[in-house]
Amino acid sequence: MFKSIKIFLSQGKQFIPDVRKAKAPGVFRGRPVISTESVDQQEFASVCPSGAIATTPVSIDLGKCLFCGECERCFPQKVHFTDDTHMATNVRERLIVREGEDKPIEVDKNAVRPEIRRIFRNSLKLRQVSAGGDGSCEAELNATGNVQFDLGRFGVEFVASPRHADGVLITGPISSNMAGALELTYEACPEPRIVVLDGTDAISGGIYSGSPDLDRSFLDNHQVDLYIPGNPAHPLTVINGILDLTR
Amino acid sequence: MTMTELLHISNGSCVNVAKIPLLSYDCFRAVTLELLDVKTRHCACYFAYPCGEGLRLVMCIADDGQGDIIVYACDAQKGEVLLSAAAQCLALERFEREIHENWGLEFEGHPWYKPVRDFLPGKYEFFQMEGEELHEVGVGPVHAGVIEPGHFRFICNGEDVLHLEIQLGWQHRGIEKLMLEKKRLIERVLLSEGIAGDTSVSHSSAFATVWESLCGFRPGREVLWARTLAAELERLANHTGDLGAICGDVAYQLGAAVYGRLRTPIVNFSQRWCGNRLGKGNVRPFYSPYAFTEELKTQLLSDLAAYERDFLQMSDKILYFPSVLSRLDRTGVVSLEQAEEIGAVGMAAKCAGVERDIRSSHPYAAYPSLNVRPVVKTAGDVLARTELRIDEVKQSLGIIRALLEDMPSFGRQENFDGSPMADSFAISLVEGWRGEICHIAITAPDGSLIAYKIKDPSFHNWMALALAVRGNEISDFPICNKSFNLSYCAHDL
Repeated sequence: MFKSIKIFLSQGKQFIPDVRKAKAPGVFRGRPVISTESVDQQEFASVCPSGAIATTPVSIDLGKCLFCGECERCFPQKVHFTDDTHMATNVRERLIVREGEDKPIEVDKNAVRPEIRRIFRNSLKLRQVSAGGDGSCEAELNATGNVQFDLGRFGVEFVASPRHADGVLITGPISSNMAGALELTYEACPEPRIVVLDGTDAISGGIYSGSPDLDRSFLDNHQVDLYIPGNPAHPLTVINGILDLTR
Repeated sequence: MTMTELLHISNGSCVNVAKIPLLSYDCFRAVTLELLDVKTRHCACYFAYPCGEGLRLVMCIADDGQGDIIVYACDAQKGEVLLSAAAQCLALERFEREIHENWGLEFEGHPWYKPVRDFLPGKYEFFQMEGEELHEVGVGPVHAGVIEPGHFRFICNGEDVLHLEIQLGWQHRGIEKLMLEKKRLIERVLLSEGIAGDTSVSHSSAFATVWESLCGFRPGREVLWARTLAAELERLANHTGDLGAICGDVAYQLGAAVYGRLRTPIVNFSQRWCGNRLGKGNVRPFYSPYAFTEELKTQLLSDLAAYERDFLQMSDKILYFPSVLSRLDRTGVVSLEQAEEIGAVGMAAKCAGVERDIRSSHPYAAYPSLNVRPVVKTAGDVLARTELRIDEVKQSLGIIRALLEDMPSFGRQENFDGSPMADSFAISLVEGWRGEICHIAITAPDGSLIAYKIKDPSFHNWMALALAVRGNEISDFPICNKSFNLSYCAHDL
């Protein structure tokens, strides 16, 4: 008993008081900024392992970017990954960062379905579906629930049954073997329900894009309400993305 | 065929394919069974790849006593029917099933020809038992928590589990095929990082070693040092997180909260060093992309001091706390005989008394000078796997401090522009936090990759979980599962 109290007291305050303003410590490869410096565009685009870089004008699609830093290593004068963790948005187009731009990526409030803000503002329960990824987004989602990030304080929780959920949060590129289970899980959520794509793999297929072992048809049939980029998405990216969508 | 005629190679080496002895299948099978009859040897990998018109089977057996790897091969025709070796040696059963599934070879007499990854969800018929008292419980692929997908089918008598069948493959995304299709090195590196996100450092280190070895490149001391440090940090972070999850599964909130938050300084340190909490980006072939500076050293030493104090305080508590111990003690037992029979590796083997750790038997990177002695427990239960994690965390803290005392200087990055040698076979064994990882690459006469094989320790150890839950209450399944924390994605590839 005394030992437990001692452990309890020695923890001090662990929670991050303001997750909206919190910064990732040290270096973090977050939202990139592309300079207007002229480079061989084809050569620049060709260093990207996942085809995230487009030319004329030069841009990086964070829905495809694996945040490996290879472009920054090869062209340090052209691109720099900032420590900005706020990268989630509800408009796919907004994940594309163009050269010369240095503005935050935000949720388009006008494009959010009205029922999301009306109903899920103070309580959002999500069923997470892992579909073919590498398990890293799951690790970071679990971290959102720890005593430091404490996502639960905002009324957002991951629940066991889709029947208790207000939508699905998908990680991974959606393997063929999981396509059916994903559809069933989504169908089991009562309406209104949302779809969140967590991590670059879920948004575009990532490095697995084009593999015959994927089946991404779920995304052709259902509207996506939030895109959270990252490899894996940082807990702060996840939490702020969800709060921006619902509040 | 005697032992001396077989090819013995060291961990991380590369040989010409022509040097690998080609045996007839009868001889291949007999040699395999004879070699695996010795308890200090185990199958590190057994796979097939297309060779000419037919297929070539390659067997890699790790010899813990000699510290080398025995490699030999055998040619087979597509669709050929071979006599199963798994019928005599259970450790080979999943390898034979995988070869059958990927290449269509038949293994006559195989004990259980069930799919490894390739199945039709909803159509596969699970093993059944007859009996009025029995009932089945199906769980997954979508589970209650935020975890990866797998299907577990229990056959129970009341609360007691008689049998558990595990069906995996849900995470299959075709990594081995993509390894061959994607031609650029950076693409392949990222594929290796994505084999298992929680083991990205160890898997990408195995890839880097194989690639460097194929190119005839010897990385500098600072590169090997950085990989070793990153791998030990990965071990610390995962063991700590798992201890939290074990506490959570026995409803011990204080332990879950404390271990859960203790993982954070470790992964945050990884981010300070390489920009990613899980160490993605920290390992690249030929060089070390993120220099380890004096400031990082100071930061890490102070982070570890604070971590160690709280970790030891918490661990001291749970190991003497009756209501936690009663859930862990004698739950989910894997016996020494079972661990040896199924060829278990890593934690699953070490907790049952098998002294098997690549860092000690086949040392690589900076391990040769660190003299790591494997932590071994004998009870084989959930408690043993919990204690093993606590002891390995203590051991890792020692290893990290020893590494920091002997910090190399990080100079300019080398720009090596070599390519893989022709007709070569390279193998790398790495002790990830779950256990032994094996990567193998084979090149064609033009130096292009014709085979890339990945084996995660989970490939051996899923069977250990299935055996561990027999005779336990079904309500103890979550704690058994978490105590192994096997990888779905690295099994499914």
